[in-house]
Amino acid sequence: MSSEVLEIQLIAIVVAVACALPGVFLVLRRMAMMSDAISHAILLGIALAFFVTADLTSPLLIIAAAATGVLTVSLVELLNRTRLIREDAAIGITFPALFSVGVILIARYAGDVHLDTDTVLLGELALAPFNRFEFFGYDFGPRSLWVMAAILCINVVFIAFCYKELKLVTFDANLAATLGFSPALIHYGLMALVSVTAVGAFDAVGSILVVALMIVPPITAYLLTNRLSRMIVLSGLIGVASAVGGYWFAHYQDASIAGSMGLMTGVFFALAFLFAPNRGIVAIARRRASQRWEFAQTMLTIHLFSHEGLPEAEREAHVNHLSSHLHWEPDFAQQVVRNAERRGFVRNRAGRLDLTHQGREMAQLALVK
Amino acid sequence: MANHSDALAIEVEDLTVAYRDQPVLWDVDLNVPVGVLMAIVGPNGAGKTTLIKVILGLVRSAAGRVSIYGQSYSAQRRLVGYVPQRGSVDWDFPTSVLDVVMMGRYGALGWIRRPGSRERKLALEALEKVGMQDLAHRQISQLSGGQQQRVFLARALVQDAQIYFMDEPFQGVDATTERAIVELLQELRAAGKTLVVVHHDLQTVVDYFDWVTLLNVRRIASGPVKDVFTEKNLRLTYGGRIAFLSRSGDEPAETQIAPHVIEPEEVENGGTGIGERPIL
Amino acid sequence: MVLELGRDLFFDYTLRTVALGSATLGVVSGALGAYAVLRKQSLLGDAISHATLPGVAMAFLLTQSKAPLILVIGAAIAGWIATLLVISIVNNTRIKEDSALGLVLSVFFSGGLVLLTVIQKMPTAKQSGLDTFLFGQAAALLERDVITMASIGGVTIIIMLLLWKEFKLLCFDTSFGASLGFPMAILDVLLITLLVIAIVLGLQTVGVVLMSAMVVAPAAAARQWTNRLGGMVALSVLFGAIAGVSGAVISSSAVQVPTGPTIVLSISAIVLLSITLAPNRGLVWNWIRSQRERRKLRIEVVLNDLYTLASQHEDPRHSHSTAVLEAMSAHRSNVRHSLRELASRGWVENVNSDEWALTSEGVIQARYVAGRGR
Repeated sequence: MSSEVLEIQLIAIVVAVACALPGVFLVLRRMAMMSDAISHAILLGIALAFFVTADLTSPLLIIAAAATGVLTVSLVELLNRTRLIREDAAIGITFPALFSVGVILIARYAGDVHLDTDTVLLGELALAPFNRFEFFGYDFGPRSLWVMAAILCINVVFIAFCYKELKLVTFDANLAATLGFSPALIHYGLMALVSVTAVGAFDAVGSILVVALMIVPPITAYLLTNRLSRMIVLSGLIGVASAVGGYWFAHYQDASIAGSMGLMTGVFFALAFLFAPNRGIVAIARRRASQRWEFAQTMLTIHLFSHEGLPEAEREAHVNHLSSHLHWEPDFAQQVVRNAERRGFVRNRAGRLDLTHQGREMAQLALVK
Repeated sequence: MANHSDALAIEVEDLTVAYRDQPVLWDVDLNVPVGVLMAIVGPNGAGKTTLIKVILGLVRSAAGRVSIYGQSYSAQRRLVGYVPQRGSVDWDFPTSVLDVVMMGRYGALGWIRRPGSRERKLALEALEKVGMQDLAHRQISQLSGGQQQRVFLARALVQDAQIYFMDEPFQGVDATTERAIVELLQELRAAGKTLVVVHHDLQTVVDYFDWVTLLNVRRIASGPVKDVFTEKNLRLTYGGRIAFLSRSGDEPAETQIAPHVIEPEEVENGGTGIGERPIL
Repeated sequence: MVLELGRDLFFDYTLRTVALGSATLGVVSGALGAYAVLRKQSLLGDAISHATLPGVAMAFLLTQSKAPLILVIGAAIAGWIATLLVISIVNNTRIKEDSALGLVLSVFFSGGLVLLTVIQKMPTAKQSGLDTFLFGQAAALLERDVITMASIGGVTIIIMLLLWKEFKLLCFDTSFGASLGFPMAILDVLLITLLVIAIVLGLQTVGVVLMSAMVVAPAAAARQWTNRLGGMVALSVLFGAIAGVSGAVISSSAVQVPTGPTIVLSISAIVLLSITLAPNRGLVWNWIRSQRERRKLRIEVVLNDLYTLASQHEDPRHSHSTAVLEAMSAHRSNVRHSLRELASRGWVENVNSDEWALTSEGVIQARYVAGRGR
């Protein structure tokens, strides 16, 4: 592996982890789409700061972009608070408007410099190693690696210090407020974090991929665990795996690195969606299938139990009746009855079914539940 | 003259419903004679709303069958009117009272045809019956809870049905509206309609209804209020004395009802409502 | 100036095409967007538009054609699949809707990027043309494209109008609709399909990123002016069209101003105007109403104070000084103002320099106010 290849992967890994950390809280707080809004709207901040500094590497860009992110969130809340526009619609209006201003500014006044909307949206990770961080003539490696490492540190520190508060605000904002934590403060802190991360990551991976890396690994982890701490760790791991896997996929397919990484987060999600223990589609289907039999057994005993000793029992308790009245396929009904007989719940006397003591108990138990 | 023993308006046999893996109704049998005003009562999560929804074909059953006047629901759809829970819709929707009421004619209109002056007239008449004619052109978000409920009732009235299903029509309405709704229900019953009403307030069952179904996942009992609405059946429905007390601890909504449920005199005297019920 | 503009709109081929195309986009997305907003699916539009990218690329890969119709069909299929995926994720897992939307949006878009780079590197084709779907390129619209857009959009709107009452039922009260026997699930899929088509039609003009605004903004603005579905859809269409045409005109008259963002800014301005100025709901209206109520309250307070003071004397029309009234009031500065207002109504009179007393009419009014407050 050449150092360049290594560096690209290293950047990708740092970006992935830096994104996943605030992403966990976005997903849990049902604000996943805010990442989309913020990552687009920061273009305006970047453009404005660029006009002031005329330098794409200036730290002012990060500050301006973070401010735009927070501005986006406040605008959405402002619109929402008028009660004239619902929150989802407010998001859908605000960020395209800010993004449009950014695009127009860039197209009109910065069309000839290295700042085009393609890069912001799509990113080009392959170029990242060419932009070096040099200090007193020494080469300290790619610039974006340092930037993202710094942002990662900020994220880690924020989450480590505010872990309890974040957890509380996420799961019970009202309780948090009564305990004296300010949900608004934590909220805006998190939004600033998301903005800073998005702006740091944009020239490496582009804003859409920021969305993918921010929310898809946490969503995947959400299917795999119930614990917040595990969810954070898992999100980071899935992010790293997507970054590395995506890189090599892009390498062999000669495709966009950012796109491949985003796609890879989707692959991991698909795997979890299908095969996650307990919550995956396969596990659910299997559980349903076994429950269907169990359910049918119980249904049979309850059906017999309900009509036991009543005048209509003779009719209701007949095997032939089951398919018509319970809407069971005759084959299925036969099989359920055979099963129930074997397990000692019913006695079958020439098609007429009687509950055994055990069967009656089972019915009663099911009804009490 | 509505005769209870003649025909069955609704016949439910061996009905079992499960949401995902959880059974909601177990093997429910239910016969509702034509011309009764029936309450469905039971604790929270007893499957009252589900029972209505299954009969209306809105929820799929795992087993069992339902018939309306001896035939499947889809064949008898025009005979049925439905009042969903008031909270189930967005009252900020941009539409007028009259417009909502006219929705009751959509089924009869069929595909594509728009409501016209006939539908308008019917809707205005229905609004007059519920005392809302002056608010016909009001935006629905400006209505009070009681007025919203009246709009829903008017919408069901224009369906001109034989059987009405109403999901908690008394939920969160003022006393005047409650009175008006009860009068309307009794008027409809007097006209030979069958009414099935999901009801929460056990204290008013005896006054308002002549038929009752006690439901808690299973059908506990069903029949004339004076025969069925007994302490024993209520205990079975709400879970016996001891279980009952612990249940009321779990479900705060039941705590207010709880002491009233067990008061024997209230149940055994049968209240006054039944004696006053006009026998038509 | 206006005449010139009118002439350009008629005779300048490019401007006319762009304006017509943008207007069509505004009309179709305005109409279907109204339903999306009412059904709280505002962000679905965003997800669908991003998710169309792999569809466009795939259509090109399979057919090697850049004909708009083919690409549009590819986009529509991808958008449709994305929507179904969102629904299935929400229904089958504990993942919430916003997460599902963001997930599908970003993963589909990434997939699209990958396909685009693959296409780019193929020796046979240049990527150009597909790029326009990303950010939109209204200037590249041809008359042919506009005709395609208008006819597909026309069909969409006709279906919407034919199924007007069914869709209204779907949006307002699904379970009631189902009880009437209408197949609500099918109507749901149909309405979403129309939304997908509306979005896809706009992609070439404003691009995937900005399309969400064209779905949400016209409808959100229209909602402020009317309380009827018909009015809302009509206004939404009108706003969409105005934004489309004005965006096209503005961007054509300035140098290097892209059309898509200009259209979006036009519609954003309409939203802003609507929420501030719309009668009954608008912010200005609300502000005036609350001011009026506040002033009324202040006047009543002064009236009541004067009455309370006077009732401690034999004569209910006993006079009192402004200073005393000011001491009783929370808003000292407004007392004089309120007194003047009351005097102009003839409810109080200035007895001598700074002493005020109730008139007989004032006593009646004060009793009325006091009685209502009880």
